[in-house]
Amino acid sequence: EAARAAELEVKVAEIQVAAQSRVAAGSIAEPAPQIEGRYGLGRAALTEEIAAWDVDVLPDGRGLPEGSGDVWTGEEVFVDYCASCHGDFAEGVDNWPVLAGGFDTLADKDPVKTVGSYWPYLSTVYDYVHRSMPFGAAGTLTADETYAIVAYILYSNDLVDDDFVLSRETFMDVEMPNADGFVVDDRADTEYSEWRTEPCMENCKEEVQIKMRSVFLVETPPEGGSNSVMNPATVDDLPSFTAQGPSFIPTAAPAPDVAVEPAADPAPTPAEPAGEDALIAQGEKVFRKCKACHAVGDGAKNKVGPHLNGVIGRTFGAVNGFKYSDGFVEANAEGKTWTVEEMTAFLANPKSYMAGTKMAFAGLKKEEDLAAIVAYLLSFPE
Amino acid sequence: NGPDPLITELQDWASYTGVGVDETPYGMPISFESHVVRRNVEWLTASPISSINFTPIHALDGTITPQGCAFERHHSGAIELSKQDFRLMINGLVDQPLVFTYDDLMRFPRENHVYFCECAANTGMEWAGAQLNGVQFTHGMIHNMEYTGVPLRTLLQEAGADISTDKWVYVEGADASSNGRSIPMDKALDDVLVAFKANGEALRMEHGYPVRLVVPGWEGNMWVKWLRRIEVTDMAVESREETSKYTDVLEDGTARKWTWEMDAKSVITSPSPQMPITHGAGPLVISGLAWSGHGQITRVDVSKDGGITWETARLGKQGDTKALTRFYVDMDWDGAPMLLQSRAIDDTGYVQPTKEQLREKRGENSVYHNNCIQTWYVNAQGIAENVEVS
Repeated sequence: EAARAAELEVKVAEIQVAAQSRVAAGSIAEPAPQIEGRYGLGRAALTEEIAAWDVDVLPDGRGLPEGSGDVWTGEEVFVDYCASCHGDFAEGVDNWPVLAGGFDTLADKDPVKTVGSYWPYLSTVYDYVHRSMPFGAAGTLTADETYAIVAYILYSNDLVDDDFVLSRETFMDVEMPNADGFVVDDRADTEYSEWRTEPCMENCKEEVQIKMRSVFLVETPPEGGSNSVMNPATVDDLPSFTAQGPSFIPTAAPAPDVAVEPAADPAPTPAEPAGEDALIAQGEKVFRKCKACHAVGDGAKNKVGPHLNGVIGRTFGAVNGFKYSDGFVEANAEGKTWTVEEMTAFLANPKSYMAGTKMAFAGLKKEEDLAAIVAYLLSFPE
Repeated sequence: NGPDPLITELQDWASYTGVGVDETPYGMPISFESHVVRRNVEWLTASPISSINFTPIHALDGTITPQGCAFERHHSGAIELSKQDFRLMINGLVDQPLVFTYDDLMRFPRENHVYFCECAANTGMEWAGAQLNGVQFTHGMIHNMEYTGVPLRTLLQEAGADISTDKWVYVEGADASSNGRSIPMDKALDDVLVAFKANGEALRMEHGYPVRLVVPGWEGNMWVKWLRRIEVTDMAVESREETSKYTDVLEDGTARKWTWEMDAKSVITSPSPQMPITHGAGPLVISGLAWSGHGQITRVDVSKDGGITWETARLGKQGDTKALTRFYVDMDWDGAPMLLQSRAIDDTGYVQPTKEQLREKRGENSVYHNNCIQTWYVNAQGIAENVEVS
């Protein structure tokens, strides 16, 4: 500890010297003072608290919990929690990340960077899945589920056999194909050394030609946001440049549809929402907790969970194309209907209301949040 | 050509009274400026919850970015975390693991600094050629604010951290993504701030309220928002955001990692595709921004002919270190087409490279850290377009 204190003192002295040179150079701001010893602020972190938050896993496997998971269990868990975005075979859906394949593409024009082709450390996969996935229900996977998912991702990349079981013991046996594919930032040697030179100011080139025009034109529609459309223009009718100026001045220069800032009309003042509207507005805020998995409103589609248009009033488990858990399938067969009361009870504690539900949501504790979300859902009829 | 009725006739605003104080207890820009807003490009990402939008840098001047139009980038959405619910833990290689409340942070000596925050992916689409027609979209993943915060070294000292140079500081956020990043100890002791105010007021939710990390000159992903934990470690954690993302694939398929510094860069913000010249020939102000993650901007050059001839621009004021610098060229435009470019030079002598120079070193697959010289073609009508030149 004494050695550390001495080292810190040296650092602080260096910082103060730097500050003094800044003062001499015309900057009179000084760094915040350091005191002898400590301020005595904060409190000791408890062991349980550190255990709850310090869950990161290092490349050498330190931080991995007890537990294990095999490929086949992993496939089941993956289909439940991951496949709606990453695909049943980790191939990726829409713009969501592809997790498998892409080998030997890293030097191609559009490299496919997957866990198998690109990620250098297995620890990163465990750490990220356990901490940040599934999207919209982070932190809910058990150690065993995480081991199983990671085992399945390795299997989908042909990196392990189908009888593989991942655990702290087998972790370091897995070889990541791109482990040696990274170099530490070498810009200082390869780039800075060349580019720290006095640049050319005159006659730096003979002639300059336009090789490419913007692929997309970006427009600002009146309702806000931005749209991009393909640019139909070509470079053919554009001048080249020399020190004497442009080769010609186009008589009718083709004008791309630029997004000229609109002279905006005064925005209408939204009326203060009152009563039921206020409750619905409050419900919209509460719904943020739901919307990673559920869509509602115009064109809402099934995501990780079914769409919720007209949910109150419809039969349990009735959305076409959504794979429900057994409890919902049974309730559907019985013809059970979502009422305000049923929905309120379900959202207060999903797992106790419907044992086996796939919905990884702890429930809403506050009465007012429950009332608000129900009002919000009621505002979206079928 | 007669007298201007705006002058000769009595106008409403010169006769009736205006609105009283407290009409808008927290003021918004006047309605005429309602187009100066962040915008995103929908097809870039799968969901707005894990996405980015762009600062309207074409419509701003000076250097400070108002918080309300400073770009947002979230990995699992912006969260509402109150000061009362905020906890910051320091653990790992420390004498005493500690937990701070927001009020605790208020009692440490604090500093004020202006710094830019640039996403490593800023200009990333442009590797493959001229892509998006607007400086907001090509260069808008940047903002520049005055931060108030406690130096990270103060908190490390408070916990009795092992500060030897081979140690690391791993930082993570309280949101669902947690976005953990590893920072080498030298940087952690140098100028990193645990910040709670920007431009004098509380951080906005979208920028990490109540507390975010400020990592001057380094890629925006490391500026962890909703900061909840600082762990001193003996190696880099090699989290998802420092291996599978924010690494730079080179032409041969190998990748650079730990490319933290944002190299010197500049861009002309006006004229630009969203800011055409509307006044015809005559006096014209060319305006732009320059910055460097290595220190101060000492010079900016501007070319009107695509890089054949350069002149040195006028700086709005002496640039702060690792902060935006505004530059101007005041010219008499003859109405002929121009190929506008700018080139930043920082106090290490580094000169902003052309796209060709970058591609020679890195190929076209890097996504991140594209600090190339940008070209706008301005036609005789004053309309500007994003182009790539020989």
